[in-house]
Amino acid sequence: MKSKIMAIAVALGLALGLGMGSATVSAEDLKGLRGQAVNSPDKAPEVYKVQDGVRHERAYRQQPPLVPHATDKYEIDLKVNQCLRCHEWPYSDQEKAPKISDLHYIDRNGVRQDNVNGNRYVCTQCHVPQVDAKPLVENKFQPAVTNR
Amino acid sequence: MKIDNDGAATGKFRMVRHLLGLLCKPSGRWSLGALLVVGFGAGIIFWGGFNTALEVTNTEAFCLSCHEMEQNVYREYRGTIHDTNRSGVRATCPDCHVPKPWFYKIKRKIQASNEVLHKVLGTIDTREKFEAKRLELAKHEWTRMKETDSRECRNCHSFSSFDLSRQQKRAQIRHDEALEEGKTCIDCHKGVAHKLPKGAFDAERELNETWNAAHKK
Repeated sequence: MKSKIMAIAVALGLALGLGMGSATVSAEDLKGLRGQAVNSPDKAPEVYKVQDGVRHERAYRQQPPLVPHATDKYEIDLKVNQCLRCHEWPYSDQEKAPKISDLHYIDRNGVRQDNVNGNRYVCTQCHVPQVDAKPLVENKFQPAVTNR
Repeated sequence: MKIDNDGAATGKFRMVRHLLGLLCKPSGRWSLGALLVVGFGAGIIFWGGFNTALEVTNTEAFCLSCHEMEQNVYREYRGTIHDTNRSGVRATCPDCHVPKPWFYKIKRKIQASNEVLHKVLGTIDTREKFEAKRLELAKHEWTRMKETDSRECRNCHSFSSFDLSRQQKRAQIRHDEALEEGKTCIDCHKGVAHKLPKGAFDAERELNETWNAAHKK
């Protein structure tokens, strides 16, 4: 029994010792994507402007269309959805705004309804505006159309 | 006992009659000049006092002394463009909700006595009660704005001072249309400083339809 405890203690000691020995990478050597030492607080992110009036092309067929205006002031909650004020038929015609696709009116049983379905109600979950920020790292993504 | 009461009542009545008589009789002791000077001075003090008191009720701090205001509309207003923005010019509660011209201001202030009554009655003293009544209250404000061609908006945002070329493309087009169609700010800009009530857009269309039917040929 005693020898067993000793063995465990020795094994533990060795493991800890080895662990410490191999932990030679210091925080200064590590480079974060944000260009800052990993153990220092991040600097405040820059504030970018939302691209207003810019037409965003789709990058692939199923992509939810991007929004060419700011959306942060629009209220989307249980009471109202301000996006629908302009984008829901028939008001989309009067406001000359893109109409919401009919797919958003199909409920989970596949039945078409007259109101935007609950599971598609939070517009900004998929449709987002874009800012004029540059990517943090090089990005080789290419829109699907360029490979055709 | 009864006779005593009657006696006291006639005594009081006599005193009132005496005072009324004093007010109606020409003064035998004071010169007209003295009366005028004292009256004028007292007038300035009372009018100044009245205006000062009125201005106190026209501050953000006064509005927020009611928890109904502080916990509902004020918290929603925080962070909106009229509360905080790049240049620090603010529009606080009375800038939008109390007219600036004297007559309309007094009219609104007299209407506000009804709001004091409902404060005492506790008509909207919880969030739930407020939300339930919200559409009605919002409609009052929208109608008031529509009737005055959004006068309180225009204290700062006058159509004639718009430089459309410095606006976003979409804003240019829509403002140009609005100018031609004789629209007013509140027709589109609802829920700018506060959250909207449930059923806001149906109410908006209804309001616009009834308004156009009554005012446009």
